[in-house]
Amino acid sequence: MYDFQLILTYLPDLLHGLWMTVLYTVGGLALGLVIGVCAAVLSLSRLRAMHWLVRAYVDFIRGTPLLLQLFILYYALPSLGIKMSAPVAGVLGLGINAGAYLAEIFRAGFEAVPRAHVQAARSLGMSYWQTLIRIELPQAATLVLPPLANEMISLVKSTSLISTISIAELMRSGQIAVSVTFAPLEIYSVVAVFYLLINLSLANLVRWLEQRKGSGARSEARRTLMDVGV
Amino acid sequence: MSQDTAAARPMVSVRQLTKRYGEHTILKGINLDVAASEVVTLIGPSGSGKSTVLRCLNFLEAPSSGEVLVDGERLGYVEGPGGKLLRRAEADVNRQRAEIGMVFQQFNLWPHKTVLENIIEAPMLVRGTKRDEAIAIARKLLDRVGLLAKQDAMPMTLSGGQQQRVAIARSLAMQPKVLLLDEVTSALDPETVRDVLDVIKGLAVDGMTMVLVTHEMSFAREVADRVVFMDEGIVMEVAPPEQFFSAPRHERAQAFLSKVL
Repeated sequence: MYDFQLILTYLPDLLHGLWMTVLYTVGGLALGLVIGVCAAVLSLSRLRAMHWLVRAYVDFIRGTPLLLQLFILYYALPSLGIKMSAPVAGVLGLGINAGAYLAEIFRAGFEAVPRAHVQAARSLGMSYWQTLIRIELPQAATLVLPPLANEMISLVKSTSLISTISIAELMRSGQIAVSVTFAPLEIYSVVAVFYLLINLSLANLVRWLEQRKGSGARSEARRTLMDVGV
Repeated sequence: MSQDTAAARPMVSVRQLTKRYGEHTILKGINLDVAASEVVTLIGPSGSGKSTVLRCLNFLEAPSSGEVLVDGERLGYVEGPGGKLLRRAEADVNRQRAEIGMVFQQFNLWPHKTVLENIIEAPMLVRGTKRDEAIAIARKLLDRVGLLAKQDAMPMTLSGGQQQRVAIARSLAMQPKVLLLDEVTSALDPETVRDVLDVIKGLAVDGMTMVLVTHEMSFAREVADRVVFMDEGIVMEVAPPEQFFSAPRHERAQAFLSKVL
């Protein structure tokens, strides 16, 4: 039997977990975006050392599990005298992890901006940085929206791993409730609905952004094709 | 060209310009002077190095050897103590580029900005022009190229000819000393070419110094003060258009003209 009363009883706890998951997602994403853009810019710079440094960072993060990275931050670093609270380790771990994937996404985005647009900017006297920020970044941002959505959704789900460093986010709140009620069906189905809610909102937000930004050739072509019913 | 301007310092001066990519030599010692208010067209078979010359003229390409002077100032380099060549600082190169307009075959408008934003971007960022002032200048230029009504349009919604006229306006907004035009009508539909050529002709009448690479022989004849014929990285012939098109001296030029005319 499915016990709805039980869900109502534990809803406040689960909603608190949902809120924590949203907070850690936002924190991790904000940090990840900053790291990702910086790493992408550095990897495209003319300084070879920077290029290799970013390469090493991306390879290390992508080559090891997030769970391990969280454990290193929270359990291993204190042995070296670097102690941090669980929330700090959580946001840092998520941000550093997302940053590596976002760096690759942004690098691809920057490389997809036609060189001719850059040359036009430089021919007008704009500097490397002015061109990067005013001409390349906005175009790259539009190009990377679809892979960015993937990464954000993946990040939301990754936050479940910070439950292992004792942060009561959505997954952990669910586990605690189940350990008390012995009602995994009711509790975990609500947890699943909550994750879906976050991710569907995110996906739709990005889709909306894409359409709003879609003044490029592709959406123009799509409009034309819609006109003729294709 | 009158006697006075010929005696004055040339606006553009190219001395023994060479450009190599690895083993391949594109430019083999180009010499060329362009006087203020003069219009020079570079013509020649594809691969002759015309576009490379233009790209060296605003330092989108660095010369392998030789020098380019614009308004008496050497592009990209300064002579240090003992005659040693030193690369200019990036800010200095940017300042030089800002004074040399370049219009590209593929327009290269920025697709994420409106027509007006494309034009005011560089004056505001590079010259620090106030937004209101930049917009006023941009609107004047758009009016001049006949596209004031399109100021809020996105570039992708314009025809090729319209985009190219916006690109010209974008270059003019920096009030360049020289305007370089690289096959600006080659990517256009035939019916939109004329509008672009009319804009360029208007600039010539107003005294804009221009160097243009073109395949439009009739236009070269119409607008140019001098025609420079290039082949295989060498300037083969320099002559006034009426002389060049009616009686080219060099046999390569004769062969080229017999193919394109």
